[in-house]
Amino acid sequence: MPAAFDEMRGSGGDLRPAYLQLARWLGELPPGFLPQRMREAELLFRRIGITFAVYGEADASERLIPFDVVPRILAASEWATLTRGLEQRVKALNAYVKDVYGKREVLRAGIVPEDLVFQNPVFRPEMNAQRVPHDIYVFIAGVDVVRVDADSFYVLEDNVRTPSGVSYMLENREVMMRLFPDLFARHRVAPVENYPDELLATLKSAAPATAAADPTVVLLTPGIYNSAYYEHSFLADKLGVELVEGRDLLVKGEIVYMRTTEGLKRVDVIYRRIDDDFLDPLAFRPDSALGVPGLMSAYVAGNVTLANAVGTGVADDKAVYSYMPEIVRFYLGEEPILKNVPTWRCREPGHLAYVLAHLSELVVKEVHGSGGYGMLIGPRADKATLAAFRARLERDPKGFIAQPTLALSTVPTCVEEGIAPRHVDLRPFVLTGRDRVRIVPGGLTRVALKKDSLVVNSSQGGGTKDTWVLDA
Amino acid sequence: MLARTADNLYWVSRYVERAEYLARILEATQRLSALPIAYGGTTNEWDSAVATAGCAGAFFAAHKEANEESVTEFLAFSPDNPSSIRSCFEVARSNARAMRTALTIEMWEAINETWLELRRFQPSSMSREEIARFLRWVQECSLRFDGSAYRTMLRNDAYWFSRLGVYLERADNTARILDVKYHMLLPAHEHVGGPLDYFQWAAILRSVSALTAYHWVYRESVKPWLVADLLILNDQMPRSLASCYENIVRNLDSIARAYGRQGPAQRQARAVRTRLQNSRMDGIFQSGLHEFIGGFIADNNRLGAAIAEQYLV
Amino acid sequence: MRIRIRHDTTYHYDVPVGGVIQMLRLTPRNHDGQFVVDWRIDVSEDCRLDAQEDAFGNIAHVFTADGPFVALTVLVEGEVETQDTGGLIRGAVERFPPSLYLRETALTAPDAAIAGFAADARAAAGADPLATLHEMLARLHRDVVFDTDPTHAATTAAEAFALGRGVCQDLTHIFVAAARALGIPARYVGGYFHRSDGVVAQDAGHAWAEAHVPALGWVAFDPANGICATEAHVRVAVGLDYLGAAPVRGARDGGGAESLAVRLLVDQAARQVQS
Repeated sequence: MPAAFDEMRGSGGDLRPAYLQLARWLGELPPGFLPQRMREAELLFRRIGITFAVYGEADASERLIPFDVVPRILAASEWATLTRGLEQRVKALNAYVKDVYGKREVLRAGIVPEDLVFQNPVFRPEMNAQRVPHDIYVFIAGVDVVRVDADSFYVLEDNVRTPSGVSYMLENREVMMRLFPDLFARHRVAPVENYPDELLATLKSAAPATAAADPTVVLLTPGIYNSAYYEHSFLADKLGVELVEGRDLLVKGEIVYMRTTEGLKRVDVIYRRIDDDFLDPLAFRPDSALGVPGLMSAYVAGNVTLANAVGTGVADDKAVYSYMPEIVRFYLGEEPILKNVPTWRCREPGHLAYVLAHLSELVVKEVHGSGGYGMLIGPRADKATLAAFRARLERDPKGFIAQPTLALSTVPTCVEEGIAPRHVDLRPFVLTGRDRVRIVPGGLTRVALKKDSLVVNSSQGGGTKDTWVLDA
Repeated sequence: MLARTADNLYWVSRYVERAEYLARILEATQRLSALPIAYGGTTNEWDSAVATAGCAGAFFAAHKEANEESVTEFLAFSPDNPSSIRSCFEVARSNARAMRTALTIEMWEAINETWLELRRFQPSSMSREEIARFLRWVQECSLRFDGSAYRTMLRNDAYWFSRLGVYLERADNTARILDVKYHMLLPAHEHVGGPLDYFQWAAILRSVSALTAYHWVYRESVKPWLVADLLILNDQMPRSLASCYENIVRNLDSIARAYGRQGPAQRQARAVRTRLQNSRMDGIFQSGLHEFIGGFIADNNRLGAAIAEQYLV
Repeated sequence: MRIRIRHDTTYHYDVPVGGVIQMLRLTPRNHDGQFVVDWRIDVSEDCRLDAQEDAFGNIAHVFTADGPFVALTVLVEGEVETQDTGGLIRGAVERFPPSLYLRETALTAPDAAIAGFAADARAAAGADPLATLHEMLARLHRDVVFDTDPTHAATTAAEAFALGRGVCQDLTHIFVAAARALGIPARYVGGYFHRSDGVVAQDAGHAWAEAHVPALGWVAFDPANGICATEAHVRVAVGLDYLGAAPVRGARDGGGAESLAVRLLVDQAARQVQS
């Protein structure tokens, strides 16, 4: 594996400009200062943690996602490139979803094979030929981006169903500002705190034509047992909208209402954090108690906006991912700004043969997996693991894709032995409204805290960092 | 606001209030049962504790005998009793979580920390002293939650619904004590029972935290009909039925004003309050204290149903 | 054949129900083999019936009825003129290419037993898909016992196949699962069946399958009767499985326990006029 690009030191070891102030500041710190701040940060989070206690009823505090106090810094020019790339990517994703449920031109042109759409479990036949308000499907996207050198950003995954993590982006910044006012004074860090405002504007812009002038927005949660419940209640609070469960809503005459103390009140836009399968027991899983009976009928009648739309998963599974560069070219007639990791689709016999022959060099992922589970990192796997994975691949080649092992960039991180480089990724949040695309400067940086680890998922020893975008 | 949110606010308050009441009953009973027999400690106070808690049916389905151990376990810790202190706090906390955004941070912390702390109490190994400490802790938790609500909530419908929960529950609790102990409060009783009943009366006052208040209001020794007067008609006394209804009416009025609409809940609450205002203790004694209390409990339940029907579903 | 259908479903609730929402797929559409002469839906409570075309081209109606009430009746009634097309379904509303109907659903996921059944049928019939489908039709009709007892609306194809028993819904699920296991697109059809033995009153609607054969297009197979669809079949709705073509999917607010009474009359229209 090639040496990783360090975002502070670059490849050659010279400080990169965005990190000059941070490096100087780190050099001035008295010994023990950062570890002490780490403890304070943990206390602050624990305090919030006590208030959310979302993970594990048994011991809330243990399940806090570790937070690293050293910020990850992006220069204005880097961010500008990223922004353009993200906007382009999400535009293409939207066009793709619209097309797949509409004219199917992408299939006719032979860009994406038909079975990848029609036999994809997350394709929703129910959405076929239905118009959604303003033709927007992906209102909120969380695009996972990694970098391997000074100039190249790769998209690792497009999350266009119900991406989460934005509450960490906001809370991380709050905690950092409380702990390091001096460090903020030395930088000009673009703010992220307006994200809820931008989200609300996005959601309101997408209200159906039949809605009142000031549309009613709600956030639909599966309830307190969902692992992201804290984020749901946090966002509802910041947005100033009702946090509803399925039982708070009902459908009458193709209109959605919520039950309030003043009677029924019409709902125009639903920011839903429930998976498609559970949205409406009359349309999807009949045993779902989380959804709203008849919601789909109101939706296809055009009387309510769901954000994100139903069936967007057809655009973000890992098999479709490999077609993204062509999808971008097909709909936008542009070259993709963000790169795609070269991907072998094990569904194709030629690709499968290559993957099986090079298993120990590749990362193999489940097409429908997430969270870093069910993944093989070839260079790190022992013989038995490789053999077991080979068997799985041969049994179900369609279920897997493979990619080269990327040397994710590293960022200075406060660990036991001091400040040391650790691998990171980045999830910026892209909001698409009727009027425009909004991206707050920053995102959620996830960091693999274990030395040399490439797995940044919080379920597997990953932590988070505040992400700074410097104002030019 | 969402009907479910209002419902949660209302029930969180009710459950916290109920937990406090249970703690007071247990405390008063513990005191009473510790009295030497010569001072009236003979009757089974634990039976009556179960009755005042309103769960005699459930208790005797699970236990043969009401004694200190079984009743304390059942009313304070039993996970099988949906109205035990533990269950009350657990339900209150899960209701609170489901409407996190409607609570102030202080209220949430009060209820969440109560719930976290609750796990540290191991009922099986608790001495009598530890139980006494536990019961005081329960009352402090309730005070903290109530105080947080009072000091930090916006004065809007969320606040009014949470207050309604407090006062409806409180009225029910006070009425329940009166229902079980009414025979101790009849005017004729003084001649029957004699001064030894002081301890019974004091226990009643204690379970509604009114022993000191009594002396300030009446400035004389404890007399049963005055105890009844204090708990039913005296609107200075925060746990009296009259005071509870004054607050219920005020909060329902606030809701009606804010929503520009009133309904059966407002009308029913006003009717009960008017009846309390127009009553005198001797009149109540004449027409039957027990009947009066029974009628009140039914009215109070009806009002609860009317509020639910009008706002909470 | 001119077929007259009268189908009423009455729900009784133990305690008054607060409200009901239902999605009905109870309206047939025309294709080359059937023409809907007359059709109506009536709901006993005041409500608006909103018509939508669903994903598979079925006509769906959604209604919401506000309680309280203790009984609700949904009545459908009409006449359909049918022709025997030898089981070929042409001129029907098609919203997807056949390959969509290769999707697996929870109710039609094939287990090893069903996959084995399908493979055996193919081996016996040679590689020809039409012959294979006929072979499966005959075997299912012969081997799976019609029995209304052991299965219910949520029984999967694999469960019913293991039991060796079931109703037309179960037989159809097994057929569909087996066809898809062989890479033959297949779908579930809900509708009505006119009995040739003169029995007019029936307990429930009927279900059968359609499979896509390259040279012919969609062909209808009725495993419960062991035949291809004839002029006795009135095709109402199609889907990937029962859930997608279900005549009624509903939810209600309160109402306690619910009991259901179905009255279904399927008769020749001409005969009724004569009597």
